[in-house]
Amino acid sequence: MTEPIIRVQDLRKSFGTLTVIDGLNFEVKKGEKLALIGPSGSGKTTILRILMTLETISGGRIEVAGEPLYHMQKNGAEVPANEAHLHKMRRHIGMVFQHFNLFPHKTVLQNITLAPMLTKGESRANADKRAGELLEMVGLSDKAGHMPSQLSGGQKQRVAIARALALNPEIMLFDEVTSALDPELVEEVLIVMKRLASETDMTMLLVTHEMSFASDFADRVLFFDKGKIVESGPPEQIFKNPQEERTRTFLRKIIAAGQHV
Amino acid sequence: MFWDWDFAISITPTLLQGLKITILATVLGAIVAAVLGLVFAILRRSTNRLISRTTGFVVEFIRGTPLLVQLYFIFYILPDFGLRLPPLTAGVIGMGLHYATYFSEVYRGGIESVARGQWEAARAGNLNPRQTWVHVILPQAIPPMIPAMANYLLAMFKETPLLTAITVMEMMSQARSVANTSYRYVEPMTLVGVFFLIISIFSVFGLRWLERKFGGRAR
Repeated sequence: MTEPIIRVQDLRKSFGTLTVIDGLNFEVKKGEKLALIGPSGSGKTTILRILMTLETISGGRIEVAGEPLYHMQKNGAEVPANEAHLHKMRRHIGMVFQHFNLFPHKTVLQNITLAPMLTKGESRANADKRAGELLEMVGLSDKAGHMPSQLSGGQKQRVAIARALALNPEIMLFDEVTSALDPELVEEVLIVMKRLASETDMTMLLVTHEMSFASDFADRVLFFDKGKIVESGPPEQIFKNPQEERTRTFLRKIIAAGQHV
Repeated sequence: MFWDWDFAISITPTLLQGLKITILATVLGAIVAAVLGLVFAILRRSTNRLISRTTGFVVEFIRGTPLLVQLYFIFYILPDFGLRLPPLTAGVIGMGLHYATYFSEVYRGGIESVARGQWEAARAGNLNPRQTWVHVILPQAIPPMIPAMANYLLAMFKETPLLTAITVMEMMSQARSVANTSYRYVEPMTLVGVFFLIISIFSVFGLRWLERKFGGRAR
C-alpha cells in the first residue's frame, strides 16, 4: 500500500464567523482521479484553493507527498509554514481556474513558458518546445502567437490547462473549469481533460457541476455538503445507488435542472 | 511703448538657460517620484501592519504639508543636522518626495485594477513575489496609469518656480534676477509665462495621445 499523495486531517476553515470547512478528513492516492461535487457553498472550491495555498487554514493538517503543507519542522517542533516552505510545496501542485486567469499581456506561448522559465530555470528553447507539445495536445498549435483576448473561452481554458501542465505537477486541481464557458464550448475542454485523465498518471482533483463528466472522469466521487463529506465512493455508487438522503436530494435537484446523470 | 522687444530678446538666452534647469529638475524629480511612489505603494500593501501603517502615515504627512515648507526644511534646516545639499539636489528630492505621495496613489489604483485571479495564477505558477510584480502585476498595472502620471508630471513642471525659494537657478529665478538688476518685470515675467505655456500646450497634446493609447485600454 503506497502512501497517499494527499492526506487531509481534521481540516477547518472559516471566513470570519462563517465556517466553510468543518473537520474534514480524506486521502487521495497517487494517480487517483477524484471528483468533488455538491451544492454551491459546500466548500469544494475552498478545498482546492487551500491545496493551492491561495487561502490559509483555520485548523487541522494537510500532507502533500508525505510532507506537511501548512506546517514545517523548526528546531524539532512543528510550526506554521513560512513562504519559503509554501514555495517549495507548491511545486507538487498545479491549478486550472474557473475564469482561466491567463496573463492578458502575454501571448499564448508566453503564458505557458513564463513559469517554467522563471521557477525551474528552463531555457527558452526547452520551454518553447514543451509548450509546443502541450499546445498540440490541447489542439491549439496554430494559436501560439495569439493574445488571450483573441481566443474563445474554450480556447482560453485549454491554454490554461497547457500552462498548468507545463510545470509537470504531480497533482492537478481543476476548479469548475467549464462553469464560465458557453455551453457549446464545454465539450472541447472536457475532451482535453478526458484525454489527460486517461493518458497520464497525474493525481487529479476536479470540482464540477457536470455530473456526467464527473462520472466518466473520476475513480472516486466525494459528495460535499456544508463543509463536510456526506458520502464518497465510486461514481456508480454515488450516481446510481446513493446511500445518503442528502446525496439523493442533491441529485434529484440536478436532474430536475435538466442535467443527465 | 510699454514692451521693449530688444530687452526681451536680450534676456531670452538667460531665461532659456533657466528653462534647462526647470526641465532638468522636473525630469529628475519625476524619476524620484516614480520610484519612491512605487516603493510607497508596495509598502502600503504589506501584510505587516507596522510597515503598512507607518508608510501610510508618512505618505499622509508629506501630502498634508506644503511643498514649499518641505523645500525649506530640506535646504535650510537639514544642514543644522549635518546634511548640506546643493540647491538642485535638495529641490529634486523635495519635489520627488512630495509627488511620490501622489504617484503612490496612482500606483495603488493601477495595482488594484489588476484582477485578483492574476495574483492567484502567479501563485499557482509558483512565481515568487518579485517575479509576480515584475512579470505579471506591473506590466498590467502601469499602462492604465500613464495618463494620470503624465498629468502629475505636468503639475510638477508648473510648480518648479517654488525652487526659487531654495536658490535653484531655474527659469523663474533667472527672471527674478534679471528683473532685480534691470528694474523691468514685464518682459522677464511675460516670457516665463509664455515659455511655460508653450511647453504645457505641447504636453497637453502629448497627454491626449497617451490617454488615447493607454487610457481606454481594456484589460
